[in-house]
Amino acid sequence: MPVDPNLQSELQKQGVFVMPVEFLYNWSRKSSIWPVQFGLACCAIEMIAAAAARHDIARFGAEVFRASPRQADLMIVSGTVTKKMAPQVVRLYNQMPEPKYVIAMGACAISGGPFKDGYNVLKGVDRYIPVDVHIPGCPPRPEALLHALMTLQDKISKQHLNEARWYDKGSLAEYTVPECGAHDLEPPFNPEVWELPKK
Amino acid sequence: MIPTVEQVRAMTSLLVEREELLAVAKFLKTDPQLQFDFCSCVTAVDYLKQDCIEVVYHLYSVALKHGPIALKVRAPRALDQCRVPSLTPVWRGCEFQEREAFDLYGVKFDGHPDLRRILMWDEFVDHPMRKDYVPPSAMEAKK
Repeated sequence: MPVDPNLQSELQKQGVFVMPVEFLYNWSRKSSIWPVQFGLACCAIEMIAAAAARHDIARFGAEVFRASPRQADLMIVSGTVTKKMAPQVVRLYNQMPEPKYVIAMGACAISGGPFKDGYNVLKGVDRYIPVDVHIPGCPPRPEALLHALMTLQDKISKQHLNEARWYDKGSLAEYTVPECGAHDLEPPFNPEVWELPKK
Repeated sequence: MIPTVEQVRAMTSLLVEREELLAVAKFLKTDPQLQFDFCSCVTAVDYLKQDCIEVVYHLYSVALKHGPIALKVRAPRALDQCRVPSLTPVWRGCEFQEREAFDLYGVKFDGHPDLRRILMWDEFVDHPMRKDYVPPSAMEAKK
């Protein structure tokens, strides 16, 4: 429900802030996105640089890298996801509480990158888990990661409480954890989140 | 039998028969004038047309500061016949590298103390560095 801007401005002068609960709720969420602390390859070095003094991810409230998925809101998939590592990445995602978000960082995480034609690298982490923001680059600069974080903040601030997926019953199903099969991961992708591109 | 000796620029290589590999390796290591006491690299090459897989060992002598030389041995490509004697008993450092050659090329090393896959997962059955290997993504593209 929109508030009359004149009234809002008048009240603000007296120290009274009028806003929808949704705004406050989303503002709080987007200002403290805690990532899971793990890195998979060289992109992790850029992620660490983004967290260090020069780029300082703390300016966006996302500096609290949690060592447990149970305490995290965001998974930054920073680097090559090998087929051996993919089950662990999906399992970590399953263990995170809702609401949860995923940033796929770098060419490898979004598509397999230079290893796409290889035999041991997953061709994009979005085959198994839903990705909110993709960052291209090899590796992306810390600024690109910060931009992805701001994109995610935009996305969070546009979400509506009454449409929030994580309040629906039955929406908290875990995603299939792939198993290491005789030739490839089984299944090779999760049809709930990804499908083969049509020709 | 005398091994086939080949000289490519600064690199000397010996191509030996499988039965003689262990004896040649022990000689290269213990001979006072050679003393190849360090095996720096074990790998394999897939010669699809010649129907053989060649295992290559690169040897240095730390004591006499010379090397490298390449010690090569060939085995047929067929998985059940693709066997060569392991040189892990001679150079302990070969253990992991022979496991890698087994994992990626399917070469079985007789006498290896612990011949398991080292890079790919245990359930994997293929040997991905072989030239006739078809990656699953190629199957996907056909669908």
